[in-house]
Amino acid sequence: MPMERGRRVRALLYSARFRAAVYQVVVVAAVVALGWYLVHNTLANLAARGIATGLSFLGREAGFDIGESPIAFEASDSYLRALLVGLLNTLAVAVTGIVLASLLGLTVGIGRLSRNWLVARLATLYVEAVRNVPLLLQLFVWYGLVTALPGPKQALQPGLGVVLSNRGLKFPLPHWHYSYVAVLAALLAAVAAALVLRRWALARQNRTGQPFPWLPAGLGLMLGLPLLVFAAAGAPLDWDRPVLAGFNFRGGATLSPEFAALLAGLSVYTSSFIAEIVRSGILAVPAGQTEAALSLGLTRGQTLRLVVLPQALRVIVPPLTSQYLNLTKNSSLAVAIGYPDLVSVANTTINQTGQAVEGVAVVMSVFLVVSLSLSWLMNWYNAKVALVTR
Amino acid sequence: MTVRPEDLVRPAAAAAEIEEPSAALTAGPAQPVPLLGWARRNLFDTVPNTLLTLAALWLLAEIVPPLLRWGLFDAVWSPAGGAAACREGTGACWALMGEKNRLMLFGVYPYDQHWRPALATALVVALLATSALRRFWRPWLAWAWGGGLVAVAALMWGGFAGLSPVETAQWGGLPLTLGLAVLGIVLAFPLSILLALGRRSDMPAIRALSVGYIELVRGVPLVSVLFMASVMFPLFLPEGVTVDKLLRALVGITLFTAAYLAEAVRGGLQAIPRGQEEAADALGLSYWQKMRKIVLPQALRLVIPPIVNQFISCFKDTSLVTIVGLYDLLAATKAALADPDWRPFFVEGYIAAALVYWAFCFFMSRYSQWLERELAKGTRR
Amino acid sequence: MSESPVVELIDVQKWYGAFHVLKDVSLSVAKGQKVVVCGPSGSGKSTMIRCINRLEEHQGGRIVVNGIELADDLKAIEAIRRDVGMVFQSFNLFPHLTVLENLTLAPLWVKRVPKKDAEATAMQYLERVRIPEQAGKYPGQLSGGQQQRVAIARALCLKPSIMLFDEPTSALDPEMVKEVLDVMIELAGEGMTMICVTHEMGFARAVADTMVFMAEGRVVETASPQDFFTNPRSERTRQFLGQIIGH
Repeated sequence: MPMERGRRVRALLYSARFRAAVYQVVVVAAVVALGWYLVHNTLANLAARGIATGLSFLGREAGFDIGESPIAFEASDSYLRALLVGLLNTLAVAVTGIVLASLLGLTVGIGRLSRNWLVARLATLYVEAVRNVPLLLQLFVWYGLVTALPGPKQALQPGLGVVLSNRGLKFPLPHWHYSYVAVLAALLAAVAAALVLRRWALARQNRTGQPFPWLPAGLGLMLGLPLLVFAAAGAPLDWDRPVLAGFNFRGGATLSPEFAALLAGLSVYTSSFIAEIVRSGILAVPAGQTEAALSLGLTRGQTLRLVVLPQALRVIVPPLTSQYLNLTKNSSLAVAIGYPDLVSVANTTINQTGQAVEGVAVVMSVFLVVSLSLSWLMNWYNAKVALVTR
Repeated sequence: MTVRPEDLVRPAAAAAEIEEPSAALTAGPAQPVPLLGWARRNLFDTVPNTLLTLAALWLLAEIVPPLLRWGLFDAVWSPAGGAAACREGTGACWALMGEKNRLMLFGVYPYDQHWRPALATALVVALLATSALRRFWRPWLAWAWGGGLVAVAALMWGGFAGLSPVETAQWGGLPLTLGLAVLGIVLAFPLSILLALGRRSDMPAIRALSVGYIELVRGVPLVSVLFMASVMFPLFLPEGVTVDKLLRALVGITLFTAAYLAEAVRGGLQAIPRGQEEAADALGLSYWQKMRKIVLPQALRLVIPPIVNQFISCFKDTSLVTIVGLYDLLAATKAALADPDWRPFFVEGYIAAALVYWAFCFFMSRYSQWLERELAKGTRR
Repeated sequence: MSESPVVELIDVQKWYGAFHVLKDVSLSVAKGQKVVVCGPSGSGKSTMIRCINRLEEHQGGRIVVNGIELADDLKAIEAIRRDVGMVFQSFNLFPHLTVLENLTLAPLWVKRVPKKDAEATAMQYLERVRIPEQAGKYPGQLSGGQQQRVAIARALCLKPSIMLFDEPTSALDPEMVKEVLDVMIELAGEGMTMICVTHEMGFARAVADTMVFMAEGRVVETASPQDFFTNPRSERTRQFLGQIIGH
């Protein structure tokens, strides 16, 4: 009956589910339409400029050199290999940067909380000076300083065989000796022994109540055992020293000026944010916790270790992982000072092949994979250590 | 064994009335010579502390006097002698500022028209300063911003009322940095609200699109977003349509900032108790009415400090447009230092640019902290 | 009375900057005595009690606990804290540890007791406060009243001779106040020396040997509960009692 049908249609129109479905269909359709429009234009423009599409260019010869690379690379290698080198360079500077920034940031963060007025003020000065200046500017300064170093013939030699010049930082590295395998094995054994010691010490404390300083003992073991093996093997140490030969030093290990400048800039900049995160993490633990622990007779050290730090870490870890992610993304600024990281290499590739879309897509995908994995890891950690409430 | 209360009280104070306090009791604890006492308590109270203080003092003694000598006493201040005077001197070459300040501040904008970007910058700074004070948070402020931004664009562009036209390719320096940052945030803001609402939506398709956008953009560096904008944007448009380089960078910055702002807005939305939405639903308000009149006004108040922080980041991030060929403050400084005469003094040049950035960012972050305290006052009982 | 007092405050002064928060405060507590301290907010009563276990430092006068003088000597402070238990207004339980771990933390690390013994003692006190079944739960899963009882048990696990209570029921919902007060009354009945800062006058009447009234940083009046409630000597005390015994 027409009346019934009208009512049914009206009921449908006002139904929340129907409306939601309609909204979603409209929005998705709009996005898809926009996407199709952009893709259509892009393909037309690329065709007009005679630029190829697709990823086949990855197999072609790169035709350019890469300044530094952890694996062998020639100009005749493929674009794919070039991008791989770029990725490895990015990872190298990111991992080293994360370690340095964490150490520096932790120190400065604790310094800001120090009861010593002078140390606290100096730490604050450091944080406020570094975090309010753009990273790119700091990179330019570092790079300028590194390249303003004297040439190899007048290189700075602060001692221990280290050579600083505008060609980079060179330091002596011992030649590999077969006995080093034994030393490494000793280190692994010492780590295992330290873990066993820890288990024994904790069990003993549970049984008798007496604590045992397993941490210093374990560290001592990890230091002492390899040294012992090293000495027993006759302490073979054949240094490969940087030696001036012609226009530059040869031998030893080298950190290029670009790497050194990028590492310094990234570490210092990120450390100021990490310092703030550490500080607010420790301050986030209510004073009442410290008071309760002290009232129970715990020493300040025990209070920090057993009560404050476990709670502070829960507050520190999420923003800390964000900063690690930021550092990795910021390594892309390498393109401005000539360090061949992933973005730089991709840039060169795009310039040569004209395939901008694929190049940018490759870079973005790699970064996306890194950040999504890190986010997922952090979410897992957060869920695992969340304070249990009703 | 009964204990009489009287036994517990000192005989002298047995009186029921409160004694008149003697002068000795109301004075503070006997203070030793103030500085010495303070120093003893804060710097030298324990052995490790004393060692730290001595180490810090040694560090300062090593750094500060040479720094002062270089930066102040031996510095060359007047640009009269040119680069040669600087090379002869041993101190900092602040004469570089005198020589190159116009280039650093305004880029390649026509020299005789520099009053226009200067006025535009002053206008933006005035707008920012006004927006900082709560008493001005009225609807007319939005209109003032709209009008102000239009006026700034008109000033910079020219081509009317006797002002010579200046292409965007020639815009540069501090006005460009400020303009990109301000416009970036202003344009990103509405988009970020939509994204935040979308992320919290019950409709799966919309939620998926919002989450996808936010996570995608937050997962990649700004450099690659700028590259994408500057290289791919022209490809997205029909043949023959060209896009201004400045506009491309602005689009990139806006899209990037919107994702981060969306997370800040989402944080504000999450802080509003469910009861507010439930009350609005019970009153029969539609979704958009509820958002516009009840939820968003409350959420946005919470979100203002994170927005200020995002503005600080955005301000620093504008320095990246150097990489796509625009002449912001940093690029202009770099260009000024490309002059072979003045190149050895790059440290001074970068210090000057750093001071400008630092001044803006430091005061904005102080403001953000002050604002957070101010806004919290209303909610504390 | 020949026994020396276990807690003695003699002319204690304290300043927060220029603000004179404790003025000439004197108190003497004998073994097994229950002292209830009351007064308007800002009167310095919490500050005074926190000075006793050195959570706050006093600048003038002397504080002697169990014969040990409270000063900068860290060893003395540690010795005093081992023997003085404290219960806070905001419970201050450690949220990242279970109830049992909260109770065994100090015995394990301060008294160096084997784990089994520490846990046995902990369960014993949990039964005393009547929530042994919560041993494996986290503080966030308990009600306010249960959390405060755990806090009392935690302080008792160190077997202190003196217990300090800083407004233990002020942060609790009304229906949970009784369960905590019952525990405290039982404790009092067992002969524990207690110094309580509280507004709960019913509790005070039931348990206190001595009432101390503080206002504006001074001890205004000290009396037995009967004298205190029925015939206060000071006008200020009368004023205060009038305000709180209204409802």
